Amino acid sequence: MSPPRRDEPVYDKLSHSIQSMRAKNQYPLVGIDFGIPLLQICVAVLAQARVYAMLRWISMALFCLKCVTAYPADPIDISIGYLQREVPPPAVLSNLDPLPEDEGLAGARLGLADNATTGRFLGHNYTLEEQIVAQDGDILAAARTMLAQSKLLLLDMPKDDLLAIADLPEAKDAVLFNVSDADNGLRRDACRANLLHTLPSRAMLADSLAQFAVWKKWPRWALVAGAREGDQAFAAALEQSATKFRLRLVERKDWTFDADMRRNAAREVPLFTQDLPDHDMLIIADEADDYARYIAYQTWQPRPVAGSSGLTPVAWSRVVEQHGAAQLQSRFAKLAERSMRSIDYAAWAAVRSVGEAVTRTATGEVTTLRDYMLGEQFELAGFKGRKLTFRTWNGQLRQPIPLVTQRAVVALAPLEGFLHQFNELDTLGVDRPESSCAAFGSQ
Amino acid sequence: MLKSALASLLLTGATLSHAFAGEIWVSNEKDDTISVIDEATLEVVRTIEVGERPRGITFANDHSVLFLCASDSDSVQVIDPETGKVLHDLPSGEDPEQFILHPDGKRLYIANEDDAITTVVDVESRSVIAQIDVGIEPEGMAVSQDGKYVITTSETTNMAHWIDTASEQIVANTLVDQRPRHAEFTPDGKELWVSAEIGGTITVFDVESKAEIAKIPFEIQGVHRDRVQPVGFEMTTDGKFVFVALGPSNHVAVVDMKTKKVIDNVLVGRRVWHMAFNADESLLFTTNGLSGDVTVIDAATQKPIKTIKVGRFPWGAAYRPTN
Repeated sequence: MSPPRRDEPVYDKLSHSIQSMRAKNQYPLVGIDFGIPLLQICVAVLAQARVYAMLRWISMALFCLKCVTAYPADPIDISIGYLQREVPPPAVLSNLDPLPEDEGLAGARLGLADNATTGRFLGHNYTLEEQIVAQDGDILAAARTMLAQSKLLLLDMPKDDLLAIADLPEAKDAVLFNVSDADNGLRRDACRANLLHTLPSRAMLADSLAQFAVWKKWPRWALVAGAREGDQAFAAALEQSATKFRLRLVERKDWTFDADMRRNAAREVPLFTQDLPDHDMLIIADEADDYARYIAYQTWQPRPVAGSSGLTPVAWSRVVEQHGAAQLQSRFAKLAERSMRSIDYAAWAAVRSVGEAVTRTATGEVTTLRDYMLGEQFELAGFKGRKLTFRTWNGQLRQPIPLVTQRAVVALAPLEGFLHQFNELDTLGVDRPESSCAAFGSQ
Repeated sequence: MLKSALASLLLTGATLSHAFAGEIWVSNEKDDTISVIDEATLEVVRTIEVGERPRGITFANDHSVLFLCASDSDSVQVIDPETGKVLHDLPSGEDPEQFILHPDGKRLYIANEDDAITTVVDVESRSVIAQIDVGIEPEGMAVSQDGKYVITTSETTNMAHWIDTASEQIVANTLVDQRPRHAEFTPDGKELWVSAEIGGTITVFDVESKAEIAKIPFEIQGVHRDRVQPVGFEMTTDGKFVFVALGPSNHVAVVDMKTKKVIDNVLVGRRVWHMAFNADESLLFTTNGLSGDVTVIDAATQKPIKTIKVGRFPWGAAYRPTN
């Protein structure tokens, strides 16, 4: 049963009567000891009942049950698991930006610290169990062991592992968070009801860039795609976004060089781009951050570079500082001794989502938490200027997408003027009418 | 009637220095300055260089000195309002963002945004009396008229923490919606109002029971609900109106304090943040962060009457009588 909306007056009245009792008992008001007899509250509620509102009061009386059980004398213990598959990073040309070893995990740890601070006032204790499985290790066995401890798991691994874990019988009533895979299929046909996504999909990232192009009136794109699987998937997402926002894709070229571009870019890139039809932006799909960085300023025509280099759509970046983000950045830097990245942000958002659900429902019961997270009342302040919520049709966390360079935020998608009948954030990625995800039912 | 007549006189440029003798001090977060606006001419008459990232700004109860949170200097600066000179710093804890001066004029309660702490400083002995653990990113600060409670709101923990000023201990924690930014007690001392920026609401608590008694939503036509974000607000001392800055929706809502209904919305500059009244509460000055200006609202007619350019990212505002 999900709790009634907080803004209903009936709730206020009830919460008033409960809280006054708490005050008389001189307990701190939230979270500690609520040994108020169920009967007493229900009497208090029923005493105020009038015939015309009887039905409503009955539902509230049921909610009483929840209020009492929701604030047990014993504190609530919430255990969250973080399971990662070790994936060696692909070899790239540049040595400048090594991937941090604790990517993702550090975000979860910060989310835990944030939850713990709130929990301290409420008697909610949070713990994070971390486990990393080797490249050839048995991830399903690890997942089973973790699921026996906690039904709240963050998963940092490729798509196949994600789906195998989501399909485990032990995971049936779990809430799993995909924090690292941007695959569009996971939000479409391959979606799972027990799998939420806090990392933006490639479609959301590509749509953000497309909105930017429309907004700037730079409608002609030339696309360069690397050969790796992720590059091809991102390129496909970019093509779909170009169609969705009526941009013109003048040409798509595959990047096939195997030379060291640190030495050869000045000679090769002008030739490579010379035969491209006229375009406004050169979009590059290079998810491994391999060659894209060597393209800018080497092109035949002077054109801005975007996609995997230049102007980049991200979930998070060190340059995001508006909307209170500076505080999140500094908390993260203090904890991890580096800057926060997209996967860190996704892991942080997942842990914080659990924290918000526990705070508001005062339970550790996973089905209730899932219902709350997917319900209308859920909102997460995610330092991006507006509340973050989950899409009920595929479990994707709605979020603004910063379009960033190495040094600054250029724009925040959705851009001004992209309207939507329900939520402008749904102009990014898979919207309800086009969703092919069936696992979430008709929500 | 009189107020609107005065306002129209102001519009025609008449000087009324005998009636309006005061200044509005505005902290410019991204300029490390304070802009001083003369109440009579509605012009910036002084720009004062201060510490880094000035935000919270308030005068001593007798207006003899100004207290200013210089967040990135990790200090609260005490400034002589006549000369604009920094007299000394107060120990403030790290990253002070906002503060409230207790009615005793002695205790300054400071929200240390990066440290999840509220620091209590004795402004006379310049020493730290207490540090109180609060939620993450403390920001909004309020004190009850009788001085019994100080409130700290924490942006990420989403709570109003009730600090008993006799013991300097938290006695209650009440949940509000996402990202609480500002808190105020009503003039009769019976209610506490807390704004939640991302939640888009103001939650009203009964002070005695500390129970939630109302939740006020906001709406601006043509702006998505999620972009209507209540932040700073001010109450009129007659207990009638609350003026609420709605951040990126670029409006100030006028709320009836009794019925808790929004009765009007006033268009102001971009990302309106905090505000201050003049002495007789006839004029309200709002800080508009993104447009870098201050909107002057005629409180009687609830119409904007002037926009005044100040520094970059004006944050807080405080009034000082000069006669």
